[in-house]
Amino acid sequence: MAESQVMIKGTRKGPSITLGEGEWKSLLAEVQDRLSQAPAFFRNSNVHVNVGNRNLSTDELRWLVNILGQHSVRLASLRTDSEVSSSAAETLQIRLALPESISDVPGVRVPTPDVSEGLLVRRTLRSGQLVQHPGHIVVVGDINPGAEVIAGGDVIVWGRVRGTVQAGALGDSGSIVCALDLAPAQLRIGKLIAISPEERVGRGADTSRKPEVAFVQDGQIVAEPWHPR
Amino acid sequence: MSGKIITVTSGKGGVGKTTVTANLAVALASMGHSVAAIDTDIGLRNLDIVMGLESRIVYDLVDVAEGRCHLSQALIKDRQLPSLCLLPASQTSNKTAISPHELGLIAAELRASNDFVFIDSPAGIEQGFQNAISTADQIIIVTTPEVTAVRSADRVIGLIETSGKKPGQLIINRIRPAMVRQGDMLNTYDVIEFLAIDLLGVIPDDEAIIIAANKGKPMSGDPTSLAGHAFRNIAQRLTGETVPFLPILEERAGLWSRVRAAARRGLNSLSHPRKMGSRS
Repeated sequence: MAESQVMIKGTRKGPSITLGEGEWKSLLAEVQDRLSQAPAFFRNSNVHVNVGNRNLSTDELRWLVNILGQHSVRLASLRTDSEVSSSAAETLQIRLALPESISDVPGVRVPTPDVSEGLLVRRTLRSGQLVQHPGHIVVVGDINPGAEVIAGGDVIVWGRVRGTVQAGALGDSGSIVCALDLAPAQLRIGKLIAISPEERVGRGADTSRKPEVAFVQDGQIVAEPWHPR
Repeated sequence: MSGKIITVTSGKGGVGKTTVTANLAVALASMGHSVAAIDTDIGLRNLDIVMGLESRIVYDLVDVAEGRCHLSQALIKDRQLPSLCLLPASQTSNKTAISPHELGLIAAELRASNDFVFIDSPAGIEQGFQNAISTADQIIIVTTPEVTAVRSADRVIGLIETSGKKPGQLIINRIRPAMVRQGDMLNTYDVIEFLAIDLLGVIPDDEAIIIAANKGKPMSGDPTSLAGHAFRNIAQRLTGETVPFLPILEERAGLWSRVRAAARRGLNSLSHPRKMGSRS
């Protein structure tokens, strides 16, 4: 299969979806598919959509809004280079995003909308607390049972993990989760789900626990002791 | 005079909020402090029963909030301890009958004439709980050494932090030394290690407490009861004194787990300084 024409990325302002070449209907079908793969990540989010220079009619744009709406996602802004699509967006009262900043001047850095930067959480997350971020998340503290961390990238925990952790929530199964003491109620990487072995879920601290890193190998989540290289 | 408003809460029901409130109020009153207790469990009032004042209720919290009576008319003075009074909850309304602002005004008025104002919070994390913590100067979280109760306490501590208050102090209620010894019950250290807040006290499980609550006679005045002793110690800690924890509980809390805990603390002091209560 050709490379996907639907690109989903985490940005500082929320998830962004870039729609490339191809038939609009099949692109929408793929968007629908991708949204349902990570419902927790997209729910109640504001996405930014980039359609490039595609000419969209008001109806075509409305389909997109409806599909997003079905997943409780709001279309926050539309980026387009096409006059036709721009006027369709205006009809539907969708905000147009400014074109991406470009710089040819050497030494001037163009800020990228991608989040490569992480979110630092310097506290223990207690039951019922949720942290969600499209980039990486670093927690200095514990993730108690009932707490939830959802990251588009990696999750690094300087503490105990007993709650639910999701890395690569946008579908990146190359993401990792590491912690000083890794025994989450549930661990998700990309589309995969794992639960900790029963004997490890005891809540008490155990000094015999070693730092571990979890990642995807051969289609399943594995956890390995951390070895500094 | 400007007293301290102390809210007793837990998240989970049935862990002993009301018993703790009644016993601490009685203990502080018998030490000579003036104490008011407010029952905010509107619709499911209990504090009046445990304090043995049920039959004397004329007006209640909601009557005061809605201006049907003066605060002084609704307060019930304890016959044995004249420095102790109760503002009972209404049994016929529900939690939305009072707002945080109204409760705040009433608590502030009581604070002006009492050393301690206790607010007995309802179970749950809805409006009744939000009301109860909103005016507190200090919050006491009650839990029992059970996973469900500790989990609820964790949730409540998180909500208290979110509301911008200090995390509060913990009372572990109904510890059964025999079960802890056999490793069948979470011990004090396990609970504190997990919740990471300051410990205010540990109360042993005591059948006498159930009997006392049924009779409406809080037993913190009973010199023969270990639980009563634990309550008196907590009351003293609330006045700012440093009182050592009852040795009988800690000693019995499993020698092996204490050795492990001590070893762990020793190890941690080098690489992982973890001061209790400061982590949040």
